[in-house]
Order: sequence, then structure tokens, then C-alpha cells
Amino acid sequence: MERNLMKGNEALAEAAIRAGCKCFFGYPITPQTELAAYMAKRMHKAGGVFLQAESEIAAINMVLGAASTGVRAMTSSSSPGVSLKSEGVSYIAGSDLPAVIINVQRGGPGLGGIQPSQADYWQATKALGHGDFQLIVYAPASVQEMVDFVVKAFDSADKYRMPVMILADGLLGQMMEPVSFPEINPDAYDKSSWAANGHGFKREHHIINSLYLKPDELEKSVVDRYKKYDIIKETETDAELYLTEDCDILLCAFGATARVVKSAVNDARAQGIKAGLFRPKTLWPFPVKEINEAAKNAKVLLSVEMSMGQMVDDIKLAVNCSKPVEFYGRTGGIIPTPVEVLEQIKKIGGTL
Amino acid sequence: MATTEILLAGFGGQGILFAGKILAYCGLMDGKELSWLPSYGPEMRGGTCNCSVCVSDQPIGSPLVLTPDILIAMNQPSFDKFVKDVRPGGKVFFDSGLIEATTDRTDIELFGIPSQQMADDNALKGGSNIILLGKVIKETGIFSLDIMKKGIEKVVPPSKAALIPNNFKAIELGMNA
Amino acid sequence: MAVVFERPKSLIDVPTHYCPGCTHGIVHRILAEVIDEMGIEGDTIGVCPVGCSVMAYDYFNCDMIEAAHGRAPAVATGVKRTNPDKFVFTYQGDGDLAAIGTAETVHVAARGENIVVIFINNTIYGMTGGQMAPTTLPGQVTQTTPFGRDPRLAGYPVRVSEMVATLSGTALAQRVAVDSIPHIRDAKKAIRKAFENQKAGKGLSLVEVLSTCPTNWGLTPIEAIKRLQDEMIPYYPLGVYKDVDEGVFPKEGGEE
Repeated sequence: MERNLMKGNEALAEAAIRAGCKCFFGYPITPQTELAAYMAKRMHKAGGVFLQAESEIAAINMVLGAASTGVRAMTSSSSPGVSLKSEGVSYIAGSDLPAVIINVQRGGPGLGGIQPSQADYWQATKALGHGDFQLIVYAPASVQEMVDFVVKAFDSADKYRMPVMILADGLLGQMMEPVSFPEINPDAYDKSSWAANGHGFKREHHIINSLYLKPDELEKSVVDRYKKYDIIKETETDAELYLTEDCDILLCAFGATARVVKSAVNDARAQGIKAGLFRPKTLWPFPVKEINEAAKNAKVLLSVEMSMGQMVDDIKLAVNCSKPVEFYGRTGGIIPTPVEVLEQIKKIGGTL
Repeated sequence: MATTEILLAGFGGQGILFAGKILAYCGLMDGKELSWLPSYGPEMRGGTCNCSVCVSDQPIGSPLVLTPDILIAMNQPSFDKFVKDVRPGGKVFFDSGLIEATTDRTDIELFGIPSQQMADDNALKGGSNIILLGKVIKETGIFSLDIMKKGIEKVVPPSKAALIPNNFKAIELGMNA
Repeated sequence: MAVVFERPKSLIDVPTHYCPGCTHGIVHRILAEVIDEMGIEGDTIGVCPVGCSVMAYDYFNCDMIEAAHGRAPAVATGVKRTNPDKFVFTYQGDGDLAAIGTAETVHVAARGENIVVIFINNTIYGMTGGQMAPTTLPGQVTQTTPFGRDPRLAGYPVRVSEMVATLSGTALAQRVAVDSIPHIRDAKKAIRKAFENQKAGKGLSLVEVLSTCPTNWGLTPIEAIKRLQDEMIPYYPLGVYKDVDEGVFPKEGGEE
């Protein structure tokens, strides 16, 4: 397969177009702007729509409108812009619409900074908007996974009729790596039973809506959605297990941080320390089975993140607090180094 | 081949990112694993700029180069800032016309050529970065001239294909400097 | 030796992050001169936008607040309502004021909020590297209109001064430019008038300043000035679009 060299942001855009995305709505924000710029150049050739919205709020609602008609639609932003989109994401979830949302994270809170961060983990996995709902959240760790997960995201969104997020970061968005585009045959999903694209007097009218004034009706709609979430938790988890079979210390990291941690794990192994890496590729649903498999022989777990430790609780819950879970992180746009992580491994390893 | 970590640094507008891209494409043409990571910030003219390139036979871990095997410095602040980070045994390439190479390190090799002046003398406007790359491949052997030429052909957009011979000329100038 | 020219006191003596040839520096200077001349630095609170002037809080000596993207007029409203005797200004670019902040812009004017809005129109997003702005001219090439802005796809530019002039709470809506000495003098007069309006409690005063962005236009500073004169002023004519001398609200006890 031909290898190309692409920035993560551009690879996301190209993969989306190849996955049959017909609408992109966005608003400029660093460090994801190359994605919109790429769409501006390429989308019309693919017969789709690129529109720069007047705000992130408008962009996500344009996605809601396009998705309502049964078209594959996407938006992308970075942390502060994703906060603005959160209202629309809640409406999309409440209306059972498929959509793909990309967050190329930067440091927060507030305007924060523009360097890479993973401090939107909680937002993505717990509360991207009000109400009872979840998104499927994919965490790529390479430019190739940006491509692979976008394709998956569109399929999952259509399959489950729900919003799906790619949670990337500024490092992955800005870096170039070799990437190849697999033959993509987007699964065909029949949306004719719900899409609001004009009934043409041939069917009952369709309503796209998240308003239920009767509490029992609202409760039922939410409970039904949670049955779907149970299936997703059972079937859609994904993780990479690296040198975990005999590891004493299990490092847990996702996205760009996992690359740094992998380097540190290799360095630790070279020094005779039995370290391993658990890398969730889905952050929601969290890969519970996979982490328990990875941690079966470990004495201690160490979560490494570009945040103040937002994944730690999920790890503790997943292993049922059966083992100590330590944390090391940098935040505000600082990327931990393999040397720093190795120091932590030694520090914790020393207490075994 | 173990991973070779390369850091390029200078002012915005000196072609730092472009030179980094050429090295990245060389890696691609050579069938290697590689990564290219730019520094990014507010879009301001004349700011400082750097770029990390990793080339390896193995998948790249962290793409951020903190201890370069090869440093290419195109201005004084970049030289001063990064020369201390170069891995022992590493090589530093710099424009000796713009940079006063003062360092107390004895465990690294310094290669200074007046690349900006050479570019001006040979009517290769903006070719200083490429001349330095010529010096890099000669002194490190990281890529062959053939691969370098292929990399350049891949990076230069079709609309600017007329500039390819100038880039080749710049590489050869650097190799012979 | 007599000092004939010096930095305004309300402008901090630091190098700015603006690109060479950018006209933000001129607007900062004349705004600071007005603050100095009125002697109001200690009674002024400025609100910064998101965009190139996001870090203007590092350049002005008066108290400064950094707002979320587009929300400066709302933040300024909160400041002014709690401190009606203080001077409050926002300093916003075209993306901030006329795209994401359009609602705040319209409603700060509709409410006749007694503040000053300085609006920098350079027809592009600078900070993020040159995307289409709401003021980008038809045909103008930007990163997100790579084939030139086509109104059929990307709509038409927003003429902010004209729009704001239609709102009842607007006391002053004036478009100026900073491409020449006479225009810079006019711009300073307009900013002074806006602050005097605030002092007199007349209502919302907006001064739109046509500015340049050599970096993202891909032009030299001189070429950029020429583009401002040849392309921007014809599309965005300079002038006073609204000036309500008696203020926008009826006198005590009366009705509009």
C-alpha cells in the first residue's frame, strides 16, 4: 500500500472524505485548523460541503441539521471550541443522530494555551453536555490511527445512531508520519426509517427531536439508549497491550502520551525492569476486560497523562481497586518525556 | 539502524520546516519509519521556529526530539539554546556566517559553513537551509544523495517544479563545502 | 532637552507580539493617547478578545480583562453595570466581533450599553493563520477560501458600522482607517469622541478601524497599506454612520 506523509489533522480530513463524509462544518482554532483548511480545498471535489461557520455553536448545529437528513457529517475543533459545541452534542445524542466530532486538545481551562493536552478526558468520557448520555470516544496514538479511527467512528455513529468523538491532541494533529489509506467501503446504513429529508407523500412524517415533556416518555427514551450503551460496552472496547504478559508495573496511557510511555517502557526493559503498557484505544467504553488482562500479574499500575490525572478513576474502577494506581502527569501543554516517565517507573518499581 | 533524532531550529522564514520535511520525505523514500513535528505558536512573522524529525527502522515512540543526534541551527539563539542538548557524539550543523559557535562541549562535532553567504553567492535565494542539508548527508551519511534528490522531488509542489534543479545545486554545494 | 514625542503613559514599554508592519500598534497607540489625554487610565477597564489582540492586556497599563471568544461586549456589560462611573472599552477583531460574537455585538448596541467598542477590521483571521473572516472581501483568497471567497458558498461580508447604526442604542458608529496620517488623525478623533460619549452617558459607541495584516495577506507592509486603500475602503466606505448627540435614551421621566 502506498505510504504518504501527512499531518495528523490532514489525515483526519482525508480519511473522513474517504469514509463518505459529505458535510464538514467548523470554525478556526489552533491546533486543528489544518483540518478545516484541507476540507476547504478537497471537499468540493468529493461532491461534499465545506462551510466555515460563524461559531462553534453554529457549526455543531449545522452538523445536527445535516445528520438529521441522513448524511454523514462532521465537525472538528480544539478544547475551548468543543466546550461551545457541548450543547449541540447533547441535542445530537438526545435526537439519536449519528455524527463525528473531533477534538484536537490543547491546554485548559479557559482560553488555556495552544500546546498539546489531554485535559478534556473527563469532558469527553463523562459530560460533554447536559443529561444522561455517552459518546463513543476513540483515542488515536498515530497518524495512521487518525485515519483508521475516523473510518470506524463514522461506522459506529451510523450503527448506533449516536455522536462519536475522536479525542486527539495538538501533537498528533501537527505531526507528520507515514500513512496509508486502506480501501474504504463505508458500510451502507439504511436511514430511511428516521431521516428527515422530505416524505414526498410516500411515508409518515419523521421528527428529529430531543424534547419529551412527559417524564415517563423521556425516561423510556433514555433507558432505551442505555440498553444500546450496554451492548457497546460489551462489544466495542479496544486496547493495545504491550509487554504486559509478565509485567510487574503496568503503565496506562492513551494517545500521544502512550508513545512517550512506550519509549520509557522499552528503556525500563533494557534496564531489567519488567514494565508493560496498557493503551486504551476506546476511552468510552473503557476497556475493562483488557486492562484486567494486562494487569493480571502487575503489582502496581501507573497512569501517565497530559492532565492532572483524569483517567485514574476509570482505571481504579476497572480493576476494582484491587491494586495500587499511581499517577504521573504534566499539564498546561507540556509533554512528559521518556526520561521523566522512566524516573517514575524506577521510583514506583523501587517500592515493590 | 537505531533511531536518529534530528532537530532543526532558526527563525520563521528560513525554511526550517521545509528542510525538516525534506528529511522526512527522504525517510519515506528510504522505506524508514519516521516522524516530523513542528513547533507551533501564534502565527507571527519573524518568530522562532523549530522542527523535530525522527528516522528509524523501528516505529517511532515520542516524536519530540529533546536530545538530538543531529542539530541544524540557523540562528544564534537556536544554537545557544539547543547545543547543550545534543547527545554526546552528536553532530551540529550551523551557518557560520550568522552564528558564533561558542560552546564548552568537547563531546560533539561542529560543522559550520557560511550557508547563507553561499546561497547569495550562487544566486540560490532562500537556499541556505538546503545547503546545510547537503553538509548533513555528507558528514553523517544518514541518506544517500540519490535519496535526498528523491525526497526533494517529493516535497517541492508541482507548481514550483522549476526550482528542483536549484535545490539539487544547493545540496551539492553543501556536500562540497 | 524638550521632549516632543514619547510613549503614551497608558501603553506599557514592552515589545509587542504583533508582526512587523501590522497596524495594531498604531491603534494601540492612539487609543492610549486618548486615555492619557483624558487622564482616565486609573478609571478605565479594557476587555480583550480572542484573536491577534488576545494579549493586549500585556500592553495597556489600565486594568484589563481577557474574555472568551466573541464575548467581550457581554463581559464589558458586566463591568460597566457594576461600575457605571468607570470607562470600559472592548478591543475586538473581525472574527471575534462579527462572527462568533455577532449576538453580543448586536445586543450591546441594542441595549445602548454605555461603553466603547474598538473594532479592528482586517478582513482575515490572523492568529490562527489566515482563515476567512466575516469581513473577507468577495474573491479574497484565504486558507479556508482557497479559491477566493465565493458569496454563493461563503456568503457576503458583514458591514458592521452600517449594521450597528441601525440599532436604537447606538450613539456612535464610525468607520476610520489607519493607512495615512490624515486618516490616523481622524481615527484618533473618533476614539476620543467615543470616550467622550461614554463620559456623557450617551450609549454605545463603536469605532471600526480598517487595518492591515501583511503576514496573512502575503504582502509587504507597504503593499498591504495599498490594498487597504484600493480594495477595502471602496467596499467599506469611511465615515460616520450614526452620531446621536443627545444620547440614545430619553431624559429622566420621558419616553422614547
